[in-house]
Amino acid sequence: MMQQLIIYPLLFQLFLSIVLMFFWNKISAQKVISITGSAIAVILSAYVFYYVWENGMQKVNAGNWDAPFGIVFVADTLSVTLVLLTSLSGLAVSIFSAASVIKDRLRFGYFPIFHFLLLGLTGAFLTGDLFNLYVWFEIIIISSFVLITIGGEKAQLEGAVKYFTLNILASTIFLTAIAVLYGLTGSLNMADLAGKVAAVENRGLVEVAAILFLIGFGTKASIFPLYFWLPASYHTPPAAVSAIFGGLLTKLGVYALIRVFTLIFVGDVFLGEILLVLAILTIFSGGVGALVQNNVRKVFSYLIICHIGYMIAGLGMFTEIAITGVIFYLIHDIMVKTNLFMVSGLIFKIKSSNSMRALGGFYANYPKLSLLIFIPLFSLVGIPPLSGFWPKISLIGEGFKTENYWTVAAIIFASFITLIIIAKLWAEVFWKDPKEIPEKPKFEYFSDISKARKTQFILPIVFLSLISLYIGFGAEHIQLLSSRIANELMNSQQYIDTVLNNS
Amino acid sequence: MKTIILRTASNYLLPVLLLFSIFILLRGHYLPGGGFVGGLIAAIAFVLHSFANGLKNTKSLLRFHPGFLMPTGLALSFFSGLSPMIFAGDPFMTGLWYHGHVPVLGSIGSAMFFDMGVYLVVVGVTLTIIFTISEAP
Repeated sequence: MMQQLIIYPLLFQLFLSIVLMFFWNKISAQKVISITGSAIAVILSAYVFYYVWENGMQKVNAGNWDAPFGIVFVADTLSVTLVLLTSLSGLAVSIFSAASVIKDRLRFGYFPIFHFLLLGLTGAFLTGDLFNLYVWFEIIIISSFVLITIGGEKAQLEGAVKYFTLNILASTIFLTAIAVLYGLTGSLNMADLAGKVAAVENRGLVEVAAILFLIGFGTKASIFPLYFWLPASYHTPPAAVSAIFGGLLTKLGVYALIRVFTLIFVGDVFLGEILLVLAILTIFSGGVGALVQNNVRKVFSYLIICHIGYMIAGLGMFTEIAITGVIFYLIHDIMVKTNLFMVSGLIFKIKSSNSMRALGGFYANYPKLSLLIFIPLFSLVGIPPLSGFWPKISLIGEGFKTENYWTVAAIIFASFITLIIIAKLWAEVFWKDPKEIPEKPKFEYFSDISKARKTQFILPIVFLSLISLYIGFGAEHIQLLSSRIANELMNSQQYIDTVLNNS
Repeated sequence: MKTIILRTASNYLLPVLLLFSIFILLRGHYLPGGGFVGGLIAAIAFVLHSFANGLKNTKSLLRFHPGFLMPTGLALSFFSGLSPMIFAGDPFMTGLWYHGHVPVLGSIGSAMFFDMGVYLVVVGVTLTIIFTISEAP
């Protein structure tokens, strides 16, 4: 039983969604099961993380078919870290959903689908098989499509169509890339592919496959020319749904890019240059886009794009320290972005508006809450010693060392523009005198709800803010973790040996 | 659609089609067939019955909401995948086989229960979708 430990988080999420489906019409029971289940999932993932940290990489051959023929689940440090982060955001969003999502949405299976989404994410992070990765992507797309449309408001459906069209297109391109690669090598196992792709003589076709992967994953990660679906759709569903999307779904694209370009297509100079150019453009368009927006959630959506640029830039530089920076940023970004979308939900609940021009006076009315929201907002900016600051040191340092001055300029520009945007948001929403927002007659305001539900609103934000603070103040630990992950990624032989060793 | 011929025929076709769907389900391990196709055929049997006799009659024939079959089937498949971990200490989804010969079925393994789970899920999903669409005003 012990050697299969690594797939327990995966199986547990599946078990949880099945149990939740049995309680289809009993919403209050679903809330309890989802929250306690998510808490157990955190404990499980934390234990798996600890086990892999102590004992090194683990793998499980599903169905007892030896690699590279069967599907393998591989837990290296990167995978388990992301699984742990998934379960942490899962717990926070589960609590937040129980308080904030209205009954008409919960009635249509919100919680089972939510856990199917977490199942897909956990599976995608753990799998060591390219086609299996595609299957997890499909599970994620289908569940996210249900979550984004549930409730069926007009704006929601409009956003969902854009979201669905581009994501299904990206999946098709990803599938085509797998087909090309399978035609070239006859294998789908990522570790096996690492050796076989290097031996292929038709380099042109390998390049084509690499570009197809870049387009497929790039669309999901929302990098430069392919990001338009994200700001068009992320502000339409309930805040809890945006939180899990904004925190994890784009980062899954980044994870897939990291995995494929550090393991299968290694040391491609041409691709490195493309990644760097794309990163600069992504940072630029995301930052400028966020600057002109008025809706708080749209601002955060554009900031997601802007900060994806950092990670792509680090991947483009492709040195061990740059990858360390990428991983650190990934860890920080998942926690902060999940938190910020929940904050936007809280702001909406208090004032029934997300428009920066209309909002105001938060600091005067809710001083303690404002100080709490200060933590994720300024972690995002990266004011030392908060969490966004540390990874930039690695990225900028490596930018100078590899003489990518444009990238360094873009990263500094992005930090600066993020500071401007967040300062503007702080001034508009928290300091400015409020304008009169006409009261909505049927809207349930924050001040009207019971104390227990208020706690449920604020608790997940406190929880993730504490983790953000830990990432900032305990940066030494996270840096140690990130450099170990970067070391594993850059020396992929260890991964390959773990997977292909069948004794 | 409520002609007497169809109504009479559907009463006989329902058990025949259900039996056929189970045949297809069990055949699936080595030959074309399996849980997915079998489930579709079983769903068609009920859809045909509802065409001939009306949705209400089919629902009273079923006695429970078909959506209930979805988690049941998923649970069956899940535990068939889990069973090698519990009983044999093998990885998830490893095939467990009973090595005697069973009349009619041939040999029994955990894969068969997985397929039965798929069968139930397909019946549940298809019937839920079709019933919901035909109920809509």
